[in-house]
Amino acid sequence: MNGAADMGGMHGFGPVVPEPNEPVFHAEWEGHSFALNMVTGVAKLWNLDAFRFKRESIPPPEYLSLSYYGLWTRTLELMMLEYGVATPEEVAAGHAIAPFKKAPHAVSAAECANMVRCGSPYNRSAPAPALFKVGDKVRARNMHPQHHTRLPRYARGHAGEVVRIVGCHVFPDSNASNLGEDPHWLYTVRFDGRELWGADSDPTVRVCIEAWEPYLEPL
Amino acid sequence: MNGAQDMGGVHGFGPVEPEPNEPVFHAGWEKRAFALTLAMAMPGQWNIDMSRFARENRDPGEYLSMSYYQIWFAALETMLKERDLVSDDETVAGHALREPKPVARILSPGAVAQVLYRGGPTERETNTTPAFKPGDHVRAKNINPRTHTRLPRYVRGHAGTIERVIGFHVFPDSNAQGAGENPQWLYTVCFDGRELWGADGDPTLTVSVDAWEPYLVPA
Amino acid sequence: MTHDHDHHHDHGSELSEMQLRTRALETILLEKGYIEPAAIDVLIETYEKKIGPRNGAQVVAKAWVDPQFRQWLFEDGTAAIGSLGFGGRSGNHLVALENTPSVHNMVVCTLCSCYPWAVLGLPPLWYKSAPYRSRTVADPRSVLADFGVSLPKDTEIRVWDSTAELRYLVVPLRPAGAEGWSEEKLAELVTRDSMIGTGLPKNPEDLA
Repeated sequence: MNGAADMGGMHGFGPVVPEPNEPVFHAEWEGHSFALNMVTGVAKLWNLDAFRFKRESIPPPEYLSLSYYGLWTRTLELMMLEYGVATPEEVAAGHAIAPFKKAPHAVSAAECANMVRCGSPYNRSAPAPALFKVGDKVRARNMHPQHHTRLPRYARGHAGEVVRIVGCHVFPDSNASNLGEDPHWLYTVRFDGRELWGADSDPTVRVCIEAWEPYLEPL
Repeated sequence: MNGAQDMGGVHGFGPVEPEPNEPVFHAGWEKRAFALTLAMAMPGQWNIDMSRFARENRDPGEYLSMSYYQIWFAALETMLKERDLVSDDETVAGHALREPKPVARILSPGAVAQVLYRGGPTERETNTTPAFKPGDHVRAKNINPRTHTRLPRYVRGHAGTIERVIGFHVFPDSNAQGAGENPQWLYTVCFDGRELWGADGDPTLTVSVDAWEPYLVPA
Repeated sequence: MTHDHDHHHDHGSELSEMQLRTRALETILLEKGYIEPAAIDVLIETYEKKIGPRNGAQVVAKAWVDPQFRQWLFEDGTAAIGSLGFGGRSGNHLVALENTPSVHNMVVCTLCSCYPWAVLGLPPLWYKSAPYRSRTVADPRSVLADFGVSLPKDTEIRVWDSTAELRYLVVPLRPAGAEGWSEEKLAELVTRDSMIGTGLPKNPEDLA
């Protein structure tokens, strides 16, 4: 979707402000927000693509006013409501009221440690041969789905070159809407800065993105 | 600039919510903010293109969380301060603290009707001829200026047809920067909805923008 | 999914903050001699009470009854509308858009809030708000649905993004059942929304 998260190329946000000796978390609640979202992944309550879709669906004024972990917490609330993990009354009360019907197992520390060590790979077996090879010239499609996509607006319609075949990966556009993993070939595509930003832009800039095959057409 | 004001095609803002029997102004301060803005255009310290840039030139989160007249007011304050007509300490004090900078003219009550009726025509004389005529196929350039422009992101790079040659008009991209009126030929350009939004776009949709010649190349 | 629209409703403290800031600025400008208070009052009164959609309704009603005016209106909107005494600020360059049985026009300003003040007065809040500005150029039918308007699926929808100083006025189709009506009475059928393209004129039987 063309939400507030799709920030590439936007102006007006001001300078990047690095914080010297920045702590990992700026407040204790941030650490908990982070950990809770990791745990929900281990418990397989929902998939990561659906989480990202929910987060970017937060209306732009709210999205831009929340801090990074504020967004995670807000998204967690919304996901818990949507997936029936909690009711609005429970969220307002701050504790469970009814017993949780689906009763997933309680995620253990050992499972979490395992997840951190092994992660959750997204590569899958290929349904068909890859359409493109390294060096192929491609064009990113001009698509504006209301659903989740990982093709940023600034790349759409622009011509680039395949520089790597990453593999066959879970397709977020489908997975985020719980329509199945629908794996597709994933490529790294390189764009010339001037192709993206116009003739007056910095001639030394190139931008690469990872793009799934359905985002691309041959040039 | 690619600020939050460039909203065409953005998702997530929710439904349009018309207010029944909406008053012209929602609060007394809005009336004053509106009228002060119009009245302070009279001294000629800025032009309308500078006003528009002053409104859009802010952090996107701020832009989206401010009400319509809050943005007008903030832009008015900014322009007054940039031109040393009012200073920070004066707005804090709520009073003038020093002698006013002389201005050419101010708006008298008796002149309001006439000034409004004159408006701000932007057409200028020229001996040049327009590069395009109705029916010509053109492409909107992919420009991404940080300064003021009236070419929205959603049309950049897309092909359309000249619908009308409007005339020779003040060019906002120059005028907003104080680089002079620099008038250019202005056209209405029509785009097919699917050209703008992709194959899934509404096939019954045509969108037009009014675009100055520097925004266009032959397609 | 919840939508938070509180940002366009002032809370008490926000309201008084804006009151204070506006009053402070007005005081300063007055003390410096940059404004005359009576001019401020005239401006407010003009747009609160004098210039409004009744102007545009008059233009549309005339176009419905007078074929020569109608032709002139579509050829040279500024001149035709000017002949009725309307024009000036946000009305120096006017274009009238003709709705037909197969074409429906809608007007938006995605980049700010450009609107034909001279014939419609100041725009309503929804016209200036993010939902309208973002969705109209991409999915106008869903916007029309928000207004309770549904058009046949093969009607062509033309959206005009007011990116320059041209201001657009939609001339809606004359409703059936108003044959022989005076211009004045016809003007009562012409709603503001029908001149933007988010509504249709009233039905004659809806006029008491």
